[in-house]
Amino acid sequence: MTTLPRVTGEAVARIEARDKVTGAASYAADHPLDGLTHAWPVTATVARGDITAVDDSEALRDPAVLAVLTHANAPRLADAGDPMVAVLRSPHVAHHGQIVALAVAETLEAARAAAGAVRVTYDEQPHDVVLTADRPGLYTPDEVNAGHPADRRRGDFDAAYAASEITVDAVYEVTPLHNHPMEPHAATAVWDGDALTVFDSNQGSTVVRSTLAALFEVDEADVRVVSEHVGGGFGSKGTPRPHVALAALAAKAVGRPVRLALPRNRIAAVTGHRAPTIQRVRLGADADGHIDALAHETVTQTSTLTEFVEQASVSSRMMYASPHSLTTHRVARLDVPSPSWMRAPGECPGMFALESAMDELASACGLDPVELRIRNEPPVEPDSGRPFSSRHLVDCLREGARRFGWHDRDPRPAVGRDGPLLIGSGVAASTYPVWVFPSHAEAYAGSDGRYEVRVNATDIGTGARTVLTQIAADALGVPLDLVRVSIGRGDLPAGSVAGGSSGTASWGWPVHKACTDLRQRVSDAGGHVPDGGLFVRADTEQEAGGGTEYSRHAFGAQFAEVQVDTVTGEVRVRRMLGVFAAGHILNPRTARSQFIGGMTMGLGMALTEGSFLDPEFGDFTERDLASYHVAACADVPEIDVHWIDEDDPHLNPMGSKGIGEIGIVGAAAALANAVHHATGMRVRRLPIHPDTILLGL
Amino acid sequence: MDGTSEVGLRINGKPFSRVIDNRTTLLDLLREQAGVTGPKKGCDHGQCGACTVLLDGDRRVNACLLLAVSLDGADVTTVEGLADGDRLHPVQQAFVDHDGFQCGFCTPGQICSAVAAIAEARAGWPSVVTPPDTPPGPVEPTAAEIRERMSGNLCRCGAYVNIVAAVREVAR
Repeated sequence: MTTLPRVTGEAVARIEARDKVTGAASYAADHPLDGLTHAWPVTATVARGDITAVDDSEALRDPAVLAVLTHANAPRLADAGDPMVAVLRSPHVAHHGQIVALAVAETLEAARAAAGAVRVTYDEQPHDVVLTADRPGLYTPDEVNAGHPADRRRGDFDAAYAASEITVDAVYEVTPLHNHPMEPHAATAVWDGDALTVFDSNQGSTVVRSTLAALFEVDEADVRVVSEHVGGGFGSKGTPRPHVALAALAAKAVGRPVRLALPRNRIAAVTGHRAPTIQRVRLGADADGHIDALAHETVTQTSTLTEFVEQASVSSRMMYASPHSLTTHRVARLDVPSPSWMRAPGECPGMFALESAMDELASACGLDPVELRIRNEPPVEPDSGRPFSSRHLVDCLREGARRFGWHDRDPRPAVGRDGPLLIGSGVAASTYPVWVFPSHAEAYAGSDGRYEVRVNATDIGTGARTVLTQIAADALGVPLDLVRVSIGRGDLPAGSVAGGSSGTASWGWPVHKACTDLRQRVSDAGGHVPDGGLFVRADTEQEAGGGTEYSRHAFGAQFAEVQVDTVTGEVRVRRMLGVFAAGHILNPRTARSQFIGGMTMGLGMALTEGSFLDPEFGDFTERDLASYHVAACADVPEIDVHWIDEDDPHLNPMGSKGIGEIGIVGAAAALANAVHHATGMRVRRLPIHPDTILLGL
Repeated sequence: MDGTSEVGLRINGKPFSRVIDNRTTLLDLLREQAGVTGPKKGCDHGQCGACTVLLDGDRRVNACLLLAVSLDGADVTTVEGLADGDRLHPVQQAFVDHDGFQCGFCTPGQICSAVAAIAEARAGWPSVVTPPDTPPGPVEPTAAEIRERMSGNLCRCGAYVNIVAAVREVAR
């Protein structure tokens, strides 16, 4: 028996590539169904209040309109423990843009017109939507997102900071940000008796299935959720969102299949967003740049429906040696849309603040910012004292500096000039924790020599389907084309959510386990699979369910060069470089795309994306893609990505760390630091728009 | 019947005629009536480009911004109509080769847009980044030209770097 070369580590093209370039890939709103009807939401026009009346008489005049569902007439959903899907249950309006009614009609045109004709009247109450760092009502949550404690204290920050030779004290602000996956949240639902089938756009259909079963009080086995292709999510589809509950509810009410694809301009209010943060960072160091005191204090907001606290201060607990540390979170409960996960919640805005402050400290110490970071490399994780399972930040910084030509740079700010353009470069570090969640998988060997692997992974564009096939093929010791991996269906063996950069580790582990076991069974059978095949099941409830004695994180270093137009104030990115250390890279092709994709979104965060909660009407003013500026092709330069392959035995059988989020972490700081180098101006509030530049120059 | 019209057009070479609601956009006609779901609805407002299709040859349009009744007699090509049987269109193949997508939702629009953008540059149409002293004739498909010409198609996964590489390979 010959040993096949490993396919993990190979740049395998996406298995579904052909379907995606020919239009054959079916997303949630693409499935044809007989008798399909269409729904359109009616959203609240007040930020707080109670519905007093709904006039649907005009809407129902068109015979094509089947129903106008409201809290008063919709079938009542059970409590599934998630306020985001508790739709049409109450007359109370918790935020502007909340879905208060749903028009259902034979056609999309009729549904839309009907929704526009519904008249809702409210008993409007005063609303409170403005976040400031010193506003009343800020409180300390029990914990922040991802289960971290809100506050951590080590040593005596105040005394150490007061005694420090060099100090930085600065406040950094990130506006609300919107995920805006290209596929708006959509679901197509159809009931057959008590059995429900939903084609849904989500990042994890296992949870969608259990939530729908709870909402409609039916058996999970009777709920079928199909999510074979998902048009991005970036956290906003991480848990079930209102669209799927509404589609299923409407299908039940009208006794027909219903499709609800949320209009783009309704998404920001009902599917989550990155909460704004106001972050004060204080660094106290000696003249050589060794940090003695570090404080990172975050103020953020949540809604009255849910408590979600963006954990922006947590990366300051593990990034740098800091004998005296204070990291806190305070949150205000406001009459605003509910915040939720957006690509690297916590780390992304938090590292904008910390890595900007590090640049300020480098300036204050007269030190090279790469060298400053190297000097503050901790021997163990400062917060817990645990050893790092692997940490190659310094290698990333050095390799990045070499590739970027960092050391040829004149460190003085505002000296690079090309006509009206100021040129500068910046650096920042990246980090993202290693998450892994229990999942289940099945592997089947057919007597025809083919293999089938089943796991409820979700491919939101990461390449999950492809990398899982690679992992399976290697574990089975067979060529890639003999393995078929089924993902994206709620009835498959339970898989965890495609979030927290955890997918490959979480799904790949039981796949690896099942396939390794199956290979042994085939071998035990003399290498011949009997008629009827061989079948194994595996799960990682034990392996992935517990804690770890290691601090496990991916790291990276990002470098950016910008030009700042002194006439227009426009900042344009000339080039970006990222060097990452994220375990074994299992597919260089899709990994590179993910790193670049994260950095691209970070570029948007730094320069183009920003949202504003209007105090008067209490909702975001940027609700569509014309006002909320996702970076376009012309905004994005060459982005060069490299990695340092790590051999870390403390992760999972594949030796991988997650890569979906780390690219966005640090990107905005690298760009803001480059703007400082170009102009001498420190921008501490994102996005860096021309008006900021022109007012500051 | 009020508010309806009969419209006849060709979709990927096949005739399609029907009495439609006058409010129907080309995108909704394709997706909901003709069963052609390659073109995607990303915004329905002409802001994202996911619905880009080709009209009467190489003219790229946002299908969400056109009322179907205005297109009687038109010839519409969607991403489904680009391949030659099993052989992918060169732009489709280049997107596969350069990993020019992740989630794939914007991809049908990106690919249609790229086909037209390449044709426009070859036909000598300047863009805002074309140097003013460029002589008449085909415009050189530099990275800057491609970025500019492809900026009507948003990609939230951030595949632009690979999209530019893919389009450049075909445009050369």
